[in-house]
Amino acid sequence: MRGVRSREAASDAREIVPGARRTTAGTRRTAADAHRIAYGARRGVLNVAAATVLAVMIFPVYWMFATAFKPTAEIQNETPGLWPAHPTLEHFATAVGADGFWTFWRNSLAVTGAAVLLALVVALLSAFAVARMRWRGRGPFIVMIFAAQMAPWEALLVPMFVIARDAELLDSLAMLTGVYFMVTLPFTIVTLRGFLAAVPAEVEEAALVDGCTRFAAFRRVIFPLLAPGLMATSLFGFITAWNEFAFVNVLIIKDQDKRTLPVWLSSFRDVFGTDWGATMAAATLFALPVLVLFLFLQRRVGAGMISGAVKG
Amino acid sequence: MAVSQNPAPPQERRAPWSPGRAARRRGSPGSSRGPRGPRNLRGRSSSGGSRSLWPYLLIAPAVAGGVLLLLYPLLRAAVISFQHFRMGELIRGGAAFVGLDNYRELLAAEEFWTVVARTFAWTGINVALIMGISTAVALMLLRLGRRMRVALMSVLALVWATPIIAATTIFQWLFQSELGVVNWALTGLGFDSFRGYSWFADGTAMFGVLVVLVVWQSVPFAALTLYAGLTTIPAELYESARIDGGTGRQVFTMVTFPILRPLFALVTSLEVIWVFKCFPQIWVLSQGGPDDATTTLPVYAFKIARVLHRYDLGSAVAMLTVVILAVALIGNLRRMLKQEGAES
Repeated sequence: MRGVRSREAASDAREIVPGARRTTAGTRRTAADAHRIAYGARRGVLNVAAATVLAVMIFPVYWMFATAFKPTAEIQNETPGLWPAHPTLEHFATAVGADGFWTFWRNSLAVTGAAVLLALVVALLSAFAVARMRWRGRGPFIVMIFAAQMAPWEALLVPMFVIARDAELLDSLAMLTGVYFMVTLPFTIVTLRGFLAAVPAEVEEAALVDGCTRFAAFRRVIFPLLAPGLMATSLFGFITAWNEFAFVNVLIIKDQDKRTLPVWLSSFRDVFGTDWGATMAAATLFALPVLVLFLFLQRRVGAGMISGAVKG
Repeated sequence: MAVSQNPAPPQERRAPWSPGRAARRRGSPGSSRGPRGPRNLRGRSSSGGSRSLWPYLLIAPAVAGGVLLLLYPLLRAAVISFQHFRMGELIRGGAAFVGLDNYRELLAAEEFWTVVARTFAWTGINVALIMGISTAVALMLLRLGRRMRVALMSVLALVWATPIIAATTIFQWLFQSELGVVNWALTGLGFDSFRGYSWFADGTAMFGVLVVLVVWQSVPFAALTLYAGLTTIPAELYESARIDGGTGRQVFTMVTFPILRPLFALVTSLEVIWVFKCFPQIWVLSQGGPDDATTTLPVYAFKIARVLHRYDLGSAVAMLTVVILAVALIGNLRRMLKQEGAES
């Protein structure tokens, strides 16, 4: 950088003779060049910093994949290789072959799917009432939804356990589905209402004028427009329910066949001991549905999801 | 993995709480609403009587769910916290009311105050790190070239989507004493004391690992949200600030921050709530140990309820957690309602 600058200075010196005017022009150009160079340097520093952040953020996830594909000998190597030299699927075979893996997978999928679907249907009804109708109590209802969205669920573990025990709903997937439904419901209402409000009422009115019933207008006109919203919302619900650990841990205590993947994964020591390859393969299999769904839906939903999401 | 391939139209980038959204909703000609909420379809619904039962039927399932699965447990916790409720009462029922005994016992216990102090420290450290790093990353995203920005945003989204328990398991592997890559890297960098160092045996080290884990998990949401907010600031504002000779720091403190203050406040309070009540990571990694060094309030409540079978005391802790969190919650709620008022 200094080299460039001094060359500029030399050319300025040569140009001094023809007149003061040229000199000022030359100086100005030098300043602009220096600015550009400084800008370029800043850009470089910025890119290096960004690359560092990127590497640090991605590393744990990458390391999970890398370990899952490494043969045990490579995992136990004194110097860990950055990538699997001889990729293998044996750890995945171990994880899938582990006791009850498919049962837990099915449980997780059933509970998550049922909870998300239920929340979507119930939330759609409420969102419609809030976004499209005027009624006494609408304001308080919205306040309650907002409040419920921030409910401290972790504080309700103890009463939920007592309630489930009284109702003889311990070790029941139905109870779990109910809890997940309620955890995701407020958020689902709020987002769906936002998406509904974005559909102009004129569209619906036009359909009504054309002789559609209200239900037909909803099904044929609003629903298609709402599809991206429904997908974004269900994605969030899916992640929340798929992830949930605390309530399964509390509500499923005796019947081990009713456990879900998070609890199974958290107790991997009982399953795999210190077989880290198999553990990371199991973690991969657990994370994969969410990551794939995310990848698949995110392209369609785009930033709408990020802007609409509030962490649970 | 790409976060939106084509840059979304500016409105789509906006966070729901940014002023732009209200404008967008009201923007389309002809859809202007009356001052008292949506006028849409009012003609039709009033022809069926504006006191129609329909809205109430539509919200009935949601209300029922809320009452049964949220309100009732909350009330139940409140009731249990005033009862003598242990193993025997759990099995036989018939718990007796003991007034404020549980709270008295709790507030008199030194352990409780240690846990409260630890929970505040835990929340403070985590939230400060999360907000600092997220702001830096968001500002960085704004200045990056397109390709690098998309790459970084995709990685953030990927981390954000990684399930909590999967991430927790990964961190156990990263920080293993013998084969863990962290110890290997630290030893390689010359910190020889980390050879075979067991992170999970020492209270402070365990606390540190949990902080790293929670910060790593939380930064993506905060950074992406703050970035979405940053993109709503018109470029002319920056230009005029630059022309007036503002340095980078001045531009941030005098232009960027004041405009985004509501968004910063919202993200901060969300992170406070999230970190404060964080349970699965701690429970899976350390169960509150070693020597209770990582026992925060939610872990404490769970431990005394399920391990010691003191459901009464556990409920009292839960109620106090709700009360402490209520400060953050109510502030948040008011902000949301203000936004709501601005929109309709």
